[in-house]
Amino acid sequence: MSTTIVTARRPFDDSFTIERALATGGYEGLKKALKMTPEAICAEVDAASLLGRGGAGFPAGRKWSMLRKNPTTYLVINGDESEPATFKDHYLIERDPHQLIEGVLIAAYALQVTQAFIFIRGEFALGLERVQAALNEAYAHGAVGQDIFGSGFSVDIVVHPGAGAYICGEETSLLESLEGKRGFPRIKPPFFPAAIGLYGEPTVVNNVETVSNLPWIVSNGGAAFAALGAGRSTGTRLFALSGDVLQSGVFEVEMVKNTFRDLIEAPHLGGGVKGGRSVKAIIPGGVSAPWFYPEHLDIPLGQDEVAEAGSMLGSGSVVVMDESRCMVRAAWRITKFFSRESCGQCTPCREGSGWLERILYRLEHGGGRIEDLDLLLDLCDNIAPGLTWPPQQTTICVLGPSIPSSIHSGISHFRDEFLAHVHDGGCSYDR
Amino acid sequence: MNHFSPELRAKAEALVALYPQRRSALIPMCHLAQGQDGYLTEEAMIEVGELCGVTPAEVRGTATFYDMLHTDPVGKYVVGICTNIACMLSGADELLEHAKGRLGCAVGSTTNDGTFTLEETECLADCDVAPCVQVNHRFVRTTTPEALDALLDELKSGGRSDEIPPHGTLIRVNRSVPLQASKDAIVSERTAMRDAQAQRAEAAK
Ligand SMILES: Cc1cc2nc3c(=O)[nH]c(=O)nc-3n(C[C@H](O)[C@H](O)[C@H](O)COP(=O)(O)O)c2cc1C
Ligand code: SF4
Ligand code: FES
Repeated sequence: MSTTIVTARRPFDDSFTIERALATGGYEGLKKALKMTPEAICAEVDAASLLGRGGAGFPAGRKWSMLRKNPTTYLVINGDESEPATFKDHYLIERDPHQLIEGVLIAAYALQVTQAFIFIRGEFALGLERVQAALNEAYAHGAVGQDIFGSGFSVDIVVHPGAGAYICGEETSLLESLEGKRGFPRIKPPFFPAAIGLYGEPTVVNNVETVSNLPWIVSNGGAAFAALGAGRSTGTRLFALSGDVLQSGVFEVEMVKNTFRDLIEAPHLGGGVKGGRSVKAIIPGGVSAPWFYPEHLDIPLGQDEVAEAGSMLGSGSVVVMDESRCMVRAAWRITKFFSRESCGQCTPCREGSGWLERILYRLEHGGGRIEDLDLLLDLCDNIAPGLTWPPQQTTICVLGPSIPSSIHSGISHFRDEFLAHVHDGGCSYDR
Repeated sequence: MNHFSPELRAKAEALVALYPQRRSALIPMCHLAQGQDGYLTEEAMIEVGELCGVTPAEVRGTATFYDMLHTDPVGKYVVGICTNIACMLSGADELLEHAKGRLGCAVGSTTNDGTFTLEETECLADCDVAPCVQVNHRFVRTTTPEALDALLDELKSGGRSDEIPPHGTLIRVNRSVPLQASKDAIVSERTAMRDAQAQRAEAAK
């Protein structure tokens, strides 16, 4: 059996209530934490090698140690979850809000912040209600607010709804949004909100899944967490599996010990490709990531393992596309997404995304030209010079340089298919 | 004369008190205003601006950045169909076409009777029940044209109103308490801890 950390309450229909949380060890991690020194908790998180689960995979312990010493500091939880095909925080927010709140409180104590905010995308109406209800229960239980559990530590948490903008997942954009402004990512440096964040004060931004691991880490120790997985990729990770698989869903698996093939084919995970077809391409780590192909299926699900193979584990999503799928259409849809969600501050991203989308549209729908392939790559090269991975940046945030991933992947690997779209005057795939 | 009802005004003032700076309440307050009016009216933007310490133009300039804040009227039910990659692979474009025909309106527009607004959305983070459909930001999990039709009929005849409130109402659970920890308490607790940490660090040397 696999170890479950963040989905341990999955068997229970009432997993989101405080009764169920308390009956299954809820807030025990917080009680233990409050008896430890903040430094000792930071040391456990360091020992755990907990990598951020939001996309960049930055070690949480190191991020915490970078928080600038200051009379006022903040903790902000990123529950914006809008990276296409990523839906694991959705699960954690709706199904285990107390675990999230407990994690926030442990981090708030370890970091000694002034106040904590949980930013949740506005489209999660039920999730927002569940977290607010859980927070109300936690206040009534004495787990949050003044003098928590009689420890002498006080902190408040505020649940904050977003209003529909992918870019607000980027942490500096999220902070702008939390300040009541348009979600424009901030110019770097500073590279980390830990130096200058919310209202100009030092701020730690962590993902929902990242902090949801903290109750277990404090209860069981960082070493126990680090004993799972391998190398830097420790513990478990939630994978959001979708597309052409029999069983799509959120699966918690031990890091590194499983491969993409296991995730897609194992009977208790993806259960195989639909209709007995074979894999044509997979998108690991969100649509910002370069694609993988059948030859990559045996790569272990670990951060460095996937990075070495030229892509990223990113947000933990995996989209499977089977042999019958049109790759031009896939690249077009992903590019349309970036074009719609570009915040518009940077010319390469704002203009480039729309231009690329229009070229891919005409390839897919007839009207494509033979020169379009080179034009696509040339435009991509202007957004992310050299088309390297990780990409070079010409823009304020990495949304822009993520746009080329699917186009470059598609043309490099399926050039004939792109050319056929030109010769055939559009797409000849059924699906 | 306030545009917000007295209850809404009280909620809006409580909201402002949750943040170190009042402007932070702007977006949640726009949601609250949409809850009263169904969309973000001119009058509401003036009042949001007054409460958050910014001009109505700044409220509009901010609100129009966000897909969920509507500065023009929308239907009682906003039906959002995701056509992003995972949903596309599961027939989202076909479902959206079906919905257009069924409602007799284009994407981004509202039925003549004002009941439904149809939207094509980006990923809604529910990609395992694809194609993903939301009504007023509630996941309804109607993945086939038949199931979608049945739901639209039900909504039109006034069904499911407990589960799916009219557009604008987002979070029906109110925060039960204002901020509990006083500013002074936080300052003295944090100062004491910082001193203790410094002593421990010194002792460890
Ligand atoms: C365009 C863009 C979108 C992002 N979206 C999200 C998101 O939806 N959720 C998230 O947690 N992090 C997202 N991130 C990453 C955040 O900027 C940030 O690295 C993360 O929240 C930090 O948390 P972690 O260290 O715990 O992973 C996004 C980054 C970029 C550039
Ligand atoms: S890269 Fe795109 S999304 Fe990021 S700041 Fe620039 S325009 Fe906005
Ligand atoms: S791709 Fe449609 S909900 Fe995620």
